[in-house]
Amino acid sequence: MRVLLFGRLGDIAGWRERTIEAAIARVSDLKAYLAAEDAALGDALGAKGVQTAIDLALVRGDALLPPACEVAFLPPMSGG
Amino acid sequence: MIRLTDQPFEPGAELSAFCAGRFETGAVASFVGIARGEAGAAVALELEAYPGFTEARIAEFTAEAVRRFSLQDALVIHRHGKMAPGDAIVMVAVASSHRRAAFEACDYLMDYLKSRAPFWKKEHGPEGTRWVEPTVRDLEDLARWD
Repeated sequence: MRVLLFGRLGDIAGWRERTIEAAIARVSDLKAYLAAEDAALGDALGAKGVQTAIDLALVRGDALLPPACEVAFLPPMSGG
Repeated sequence: MIRLTDQPFEPGAELSAFCAGRFETGAVASFVGIARGEAGAAVALELEAYPGFTEARIAEFTAEAVRRFSLQDALVIHRHGKMAPGDAIVMVAVASSHRRAAFEACDYLMDYLKSRAPFWKKEHGPEGTRWVEPTVRDLEDLARWD
């Protein structure tokens, strides 16, 4: 799957886009996978107001990740 | 029409093109937002967009404005990437048969774009960079339409 980070999340992680080959079932599993590699990113992903989009659509709760999807983590949007 | 671009655009030319051939429209109102220098505090403004997602959300707001104000047409152009003070960041133009609806629709669209549009804003200043979140004023402006 492709994972995208926006805003301050990308600065914290030091990357904005990467491909993860591991089989990961749900959004919470992906967050745990990323947190295990980078605790600061894990904390930032758990912060209030961070939304998740799967294949360009916002999802609520602990959504399932379809195969070969694009997951984006979106911190609070600033407007233009 | 919604256009997201990382290149400078020329608001005058865009407005002329939007107005062309409107024999039955009556009213076009437009707004241009320009990057502020903040008296030297902001050297550059950077807007990060999520291509595909950002346009889709702006298209939803715009469709809502078209319904709400019975517009004939609406144009939103939004820059992303890095821009300098004085650059046009955003332009909204709307076409309606009456001026009141046109003015109000512009105001409405700008309140949404300023507070809800999916962008992440970073200011590059002499002291470094900072991520900016919507101001209380932006959120109060938006609440006028609820």
